Amino acid sequence: MPDLIATSPLDGRAPLERAGTSLSEAPFRRITSVAPVTGQEKALAKALKSFGLVFPAPNRFVEAAEARLVWTGRDQAFLIGAVPEGLAGLAALSDQSDGWATLVLAGPMAEAALARIVPIDIRAAAFAPGHAARVPFNHMSSVLLRTGADRFEVMVFRSMARTAWHEAETALTALAARGALN
Amino acid sequence: MRLDGKGLLIDRSAPLRFRFDGEEYRGFRGDTLASALMANGVKLVGRSFKYHRPRGILTAGSEEPNAMVEVLEGAQQTPNVRATVQELYDGLAAQSQNRWPSLRFDALSVNDLAAPFLSAGFYYKTFMWPRAFWERLYEPAIRRAAGLGSLSGVKDAAAYEQAWAHCDVLVIGAGPTGLMAALAAARAGADVILADEGARMGGQCLSDSGQIGGLAAPDWAGSVLAELAGLPNVRLMPRTTVTGAYDDGTYGALERVGLHVSPAPDLPRECFWRIVARRTILASGALERSIAFPNNDRPCILMAGAIRTYVNRYGVAPGQRVTLFANNDHARQTARDLAAAGLTIAAVIDSREGVPTDEPFPVHAGARVIDTQGRHGVTGITVRKAGTEFRIETDCLGVSGGWNPTLHLTCHLNGRPVWDERIAAFLPAEGAVPGLIPAGSAAGRFDTAACLHDGLAAAGAALAALGRAVPDMAAPEAEAAPYAIEPLWQVAGRTGPWRRSWLDFANDVTVKDVKLSAQEGYVSVEHMKRYTTQGMAPDQGKNSNVGALAVLADATGRGIPQTGTTTFRPPFSPVSIAAMGSGGRAAGFAPQRFMTSDQASRDRGAPMIEAGLWYRPSYFPRPGETTWEQACDREVRMVRGAVGVADVSTLGKIDLQGVDAARFLDFVYANTFSTLPVGRVRYGLMLREDGMVLDDGTTARLGEHHFLMTTTTAAAGLVMRHLDFVQQAFCAGWDLRMISVTETWAQFAVAGPRARDLLRGMVDDMPALPFMGCAPVTVMGVAARLFRISFSGEEGYEIAVPARYGAALFRDLVARAETLGGGAYGMEALNVLRIEKGFITHAEIHGRVTAFDIGLEKMVSAKKDCIGQAAARRPGLVGPEREQLVGLRPVADTRITAGAHLFRQGDAAVRVNDQGYVTSVGLSPTVGGWLGLAFLKNGRARHGETVRLVDHLRGLDVPCLVCDPVFHDPEGEKLRA
Repeated sequence: MPDLIATSPLDGRAPLERAGTSLSEAPFRRITSVAPVTGQEKALAKALKSFGLVFPAPNRFVEAAEARLVWTGRDQAFLIGAVPEGLAGLAALSDQSDGWATLVLAGPMAEAALARIVPIDIRAAAFAPGHAARVPFNHMSSVLLRTGADRFEVMVFRSMARTAWHEAETALTALAARGALN
Repeated sequence: MRLDGKGLLIDRSAPLRFRFDGEEYRGFRGDTLASALMANGVKLVGRSFKYHRPRGILTAGSEEPNAMVEVLEGAQQTPNVRATVQELYDGLAAQSQNRWPSLRFDALSVNDLAAPFLSAGFYYKTFMWPRAFWERLYEPAIRRAAGLGSLSGVKDAAAYEQAWAHCDVLVIGAGPTGLMAALAAARAGADVILADEGARMGGQCLSDSGQIGGLAAPDWAGSVLAELAGLPNVRLMPRTTVTGAYDDGTYGALERVGLHVSPAPDLPRECFWRIVARRTILASGALERSIAFPNNDRPCILMAGAIRTYVNRYGVAPGQRVTLFANNDHARQTARDLAAAGLTIAAVIDSREGVPTDEPFPVHAGARVIDTQGRHGVTGITVRKAGTEFRIETDCLGVSGGWNPTLHLTCHLNGRPVWDERIAAFLPAEGAVPGLIPAGSAAGRFDTAACLHDGLAAAGAALAALGRAVPDMAAPEAEAAPYAIEPLWQVAGRTGPWRRSWLDFANDVTVKDVKLSAQEGYVSVEHMKRYTTQGMAPDQGKNSNVGALAVLADATGRGIPQTGTTTFRPPFSPVSIAAMGSGGRAAGFAPQRFMTSDQASRDRGAPMIEAGLWYRPSYFPRPGETTWEQACDREVRMVRGAVGVADVSTLGKIDLQGVDAARFLDFVYANTFSTLPVGRVRYGLMLREDGMVLDDGTTARLGEHHFLMTTTTAAAGLVMRHLDFVQQAFCAGWDLRMISVTETWAQFAVAGPRARDLLRGMVDDMPALPFMGCAPVTVMGVAARLFRISFSGEEGYEIAVPARYGAALFRDLVARAETLGGGAYGMEALNVLRIEKGFITHAEIHGRVTAFDIGLEKMVSAKKDCIGQAAARRPGLVGPEREQLVGLRPVADTRITAGAHLFRQGDAAVRVNDQGYVTSVGLSPTVGGWLGLAFLKNGRARHGETVRLVDHLRGLDVPCLVCDPVFHDPEGEKLRA
């Protein structure tokens, strides 16, 4: 019997580079929503310790090896890049792997490009590596992460991946054209 | 005329060509269109708004009321561009506006001859009757005559941008005050944004001949800018006008990104910024104001300070024999600068008595200009002094009636400026905008030394408020000449119908108009504004407000503070809608949502229709089918006779977990879910708090404490928000976790008598599911979910796989369906199928119907409480007076339409006889003929009755039989097969 072929939200779209900054689709990673069960917080913290993680504070994410735990809302975090072993019963788990498209913006103009799309203060002093926020990505809701001085990841609903890409590409293209002025 | 050795901003090694009204001219890089026209001796650049008077350049800044042109870019044209702001680039083409057939010979200048009849209020008084003529005749004719630039009618396809910026200190204006403030804040380590309108920062430093800190003013500005540019915590934003002050330290600003170069496809023309600042220093300077004397609007009559700016920045002069008319000391310095640049100063007319006259040029103290001559450019002025009159030949007159602080932003949050007798001007009100500190000329300090000190003090105040240490620095030495002024607003000259004194150049408002306003009872400044239109042109009264106010005060015998002032609202200067709405044109208006089957559907030629933000296939045409009805008919038959596949992933899916999940569902649904066994699915009806139906859908019990709810496509977000609200507001503390999984799963309906055959070939170990059963399965090794539910009335399944497998599964399902005599079906067929079965959508549950209306009142369980239960029982929401869901079939075989209304046979088809309305129709190949769903008063008791279906819009009047809404398989035998 033939296998079903998996397709990424942007169907393997090639990365692009503008103004020395790249835009790409992040590879598929398992995403699990982890919503602690009332009364199980301590047990959950202990279980998370085995991943090397703690439950993140609002607007933050934590990382250990391949796993990442991102605050995404009230009593909710996304475990990314790990199988949620040992968490059942301690938290409501929901597979979110296929629901999201993740775009990566990396390079000197990444912050400037995002400043054209998201309204929050993303200056490094206010939004440092390790920070995450639920922000409007133009008209879409998103999860924005700063993963490095010049590197951001933005998660949007899978169905809107093309629009999100278009927004980011437009911003970078305009920045490249501005750069060519000088 | 170009002056040797002058022109700080222009690059004489970079000549540029440009065209104005078809003529080719030359200028230099660094010129504005205005300075380049001046260099070429072009005096006449536009026609006035109402009287079509010849006009020239009045100012050197964004406040320009006269020199507005159309800039042409291929098919595009941008109207009302201020020539004083537009920078020159090679190939720039512009044309004058509001004239016909040409700028020099403008036919509508007859308006000027008719001026005695065209006073303020003329249109209101004259074109009153007949009433209907106003809209059809008078207004269009008047609009054609009066007006500004015109649009090309071509869509603006250029790139625009929007952006956000955040900072500790926003400094608005980069003159001496702003530079000083920015420098101090930057040295203190604050994040600073310095925004300035000009292409080159420096403001008044670039027009001044004085010294700052031992350097020539422009050199001092250059050294400060160099330091700022080298600091990582400073962002310099030239060509950026801060246009509005809003709540919480938010400012709107417009950056001219690409308007100074020839257009390039990717380069944004403009960027609309939203800047959020913790503290703001308003260092926007001051605007020079005119004096109202007869014929003060001729070309080559400019503001005195503007002449100085043209000479020092651009090395151009509007004339060679210059006169100045002023009521203050500033103009004297301008005269010295111009004389030093080699121009002849014919005379300085100083309205003040007893001022020193010891200058290397004639000074007439206690004199006034009472008239001017020269139609397309001033040739002479008439002066009155001590009772005698004499004429002076001149080709350029500079006027200075004093300075008004540029305080517009301080009015944007309702601050009212305060009159200051000392400088005869309004000052920003204290605390007008929270966090904003006016400084320098914007705060009424008009000498350079005071501005520098003020900039430093403002920075100190801002830094203290931010908890930062103020750097140890002192303001540099600079000129500190006091500003001496004696107010002079209007000159009583020789009177006559054609000797008018202009106040508002942009809207052609004269002293006479303001006096007439007062005379006719419009004595409030707000009424005067509207009666005369003073201050309502693109310059928004920047040049005329205070002058007009002074004339009104005089005419009504009040002081200026008692007369009050109109307010300034955003934007400070015009902002193009294209910039504010950048990215929102056409498909950019909203995000586009694509299903995993999108490409496969398009590959099959399916036209996609928008359903909310989603794109869904309308139908799948096959060879030989020429209309959508043919495809739809075939797809319906296919589902009824074999098997059809449809992507239903757009339905909202919500994952609910927790000990209290079942209890929560009982509360939000009208019917009961706590009794639902694991592995089963139930249809649920959700009510709003007011008892009306909110949404419907199915919910599956995946585990003891685990449910999966589906919503309609349209209400997916709405239901999620509703559930969030109910949980947080009414069910706090319940053990419940919810999250949307709409996008996680690709879900396909497989329906028809051969649905089971199709699935059996794909699902590993296909379980024997009963109707409304569900089970976890694997499809070709992929974990999936199978539900036996049906929206078509046939044996139906929905199969859900992780979305990454959606595209592959859809292609597989459709290919297999085709081998079984079926195929994909679209929204049209889906609609016909559900109408045949009497299933409702949001066409029926449109927000004004109750469970009773749709015949589902028994679903509202009396055994438990639920949202909307109490309200649904209110009088008037239950009973024979309600319009109830029925089926309709035309008596003869004719088309019927949704939106039509129902009437009793024999009744006139008028509103008072209305019996109900049609919500959905479809042409049914199964039943044969048109079917409709409708709401009819007491409808359930009227099955068998014939009613009139009338569609006034489409001219239909069809007798229809009222029947049960379920046309197909009323017993549901096929569903359960």
